[in-house]
Amino acid sequence: MDATQYTIKQISVFSENKPGRLAAIAGALQAEEINILAFSIAEANGFGVVRALVDKPDAAYKKLTAMGFMISFTDVIAVKMRDVPGGLFEMAAILSEAEINIEYSYAYSGREAAVLILRVDRVEEAVEKILARGGTLLSADEFL
Amino acid sequence: MEMMPEAELKKMQFKLLKMLVYRLYSFSNFYHGRMDAHGVHPDDITGLADVVKLPYMLKSDLRDNYPDKIFTADPEELVRYHVSSGTTGKPTVVGYTKNDLDNWSMSLARALTSCGVGRGDVVQVSYGYGLFTGGLGMHYGAERIGATVVPASVGNTERQLELILDLRVTAICCTPSYLMHIGETARKMGISIKDDTHLKTAILGAEPWSEHMRERIEEEMGIKAYNIYGTSELSGPMFTECTEQDGIHVWSDLALVEIIDQETGQPVPDGVEGEMVVTILQKEALPIIRYRTGDITSIDRSPCLCGRTHPRIARLSGRVDDMLIIRGINVFPSQVEHTLLGIPEVSSHFMIEVDRIGALDKMLVKVELNPEAFSDKINDILDIRRKVGYTLKNMLNVSVDVEISEPGSLPRFEGKAKRVIDRRVL
Repeated sequence: MDATQYTIKQISVFSENKPGRLAAIAGALQAEEINILAFSIAEANGFGVVRALVDKPDAAYKKLTAMGFMISFTDVIAVKMRDVPGGLFEMAAILSEAEINIEYSYAYSGREAAVLILRVDRVEEAVEKILARGGTLLSADEFL
Repeated sequence: MEMMPEAELKKMQFKLLKMLVYRLYSFSNFYHGRMDAHGVHPDDITGLADVVKLPYMLKSDLRDNYPDKIFTADPEELVRYHVSSGTTGKPTVVGYTKNDLDNWSMSLARALTSCGVGRGDVVQVSYGYGLFTGGLGMHYGAERIGATVVPASVGNTERQLELILDLRVTAICCTPSYLMHIGETARKMGISIKDDTHLKTAILGAEPWSEHMRERIEEEMGIKAYNIYGTSELSGPMFTECTEQDGIHVWSDLALVEIIDQETGQPVPDGVEGEMVVTILQKEALPIIRYRTGDITSIDRSPCLCGRTHPRIARLSGRVDDMLIIRGINVFPSQVEHTLLGIPEVSSHFMIEVDRIGALDKMLVKVELNPEAFSDKINDILDIRRKVGYTLKNMLNVSVDVEISEPGSLPRFEGKAKRVIDRRVL
């Protein structure tokens, strides 16, 4: 099973938890005309990790690195959920049965459907199981 | 001189001490008064060991006698002033006669020679020039041995690198943290110190550093790093390690070193750590007898493999006045640095912030995450924070809070590093 086409490059940026850091990141992306498609912040005491799916990940990486930010790419998958009660359960159940661990996830409600972004411990297997159960994964080029 | 048998060195030291004490008792109001008040007369000095009968001199003595009340040379004999930065109080002024400058340069000339630096070497002096003793001191020392000097002073790191490349610099004198900064800048510019430059020696000092840092510098930059010691009151930088890198040779004809217990003022045995007390045996303008340097080290009088007979002092483990007392436990910033150098996930730059909350001291250590260690998972970063906290607690015997910062966000220091912010109101 080749999961490459469904593997999406998320950018993860380390940020100290203080005023102005998010504005600096967002401002830099704006300056490069990079669009943010999905976004979340995980925070701990004193620092956080900003995670985003953007239309030009390589350009974002270059720009933020040049500004001194610590940034890395992470492989995630994006799965369409039915925007009705139980939509999330369907997806979570598939992964749960396969004993695939969700490291973290975040969601957005798009025009056509709700989309769940998943960072899992075994990407290929997750892709396989979701497709096998009739789920719809967004492919990487849909984000470009 | 450097190979003179120890017994003869001691004989010479005694002679010089005796002359110094007689001269000062006769010509210096300050020392005459001090010795009288202490109940000691030059006639009481009948052997080298009698040096302990003399009173100590403190940094505050120099401040209280600002600017030149302790000077014993005629004003027209003075050829130079250096002035300390006064970061810990009022500045202190050190005056030099022609002989004082000569002895200072000679001390450094011997030191540089012992590090294998000589004629044909190109020495970049990246200590500050001016009132600070580092720049001009090293400059004169390097000139004395016939090396070519690049008086770069501090700052403008990219320019410093350009000079290192273009003038084929073989040795650099600066603070260890500044050399690390030069290394970082080189990496960013795509220059490898190891492969693209002729640098083979670094003479590093003016701030505490560690063996870990030496290993890292030597490995990453492909150079030999030597430790230097000095302080403005003694003239400036004066002594370095030899190529054995096993302690700093202190020239016995210039300085008489004692190591004392900082609390009791009593001498400690060789090899045991204590505060270093120095008598400069041949100083004319500003004589120094039993000056309490505040530096913590130990002394080793055993013969050195290099053949030099002069005693060696160990790498300073800290300064009496840098020492923080956290919940009753002595903590030196150098211990924190040493610990961090052993943790690959964080850089060696750090800041210590101390607060008192209620009756409890809180020590916060800010460290920078290394980009290679960055993970998108919060837990991975929290694990690193826990590891740093745990390792520091093991080393310092006191628990500390750790804050993870972005790389490059903590202050870099080009002169003396000031890594402690103590906000406690005692």
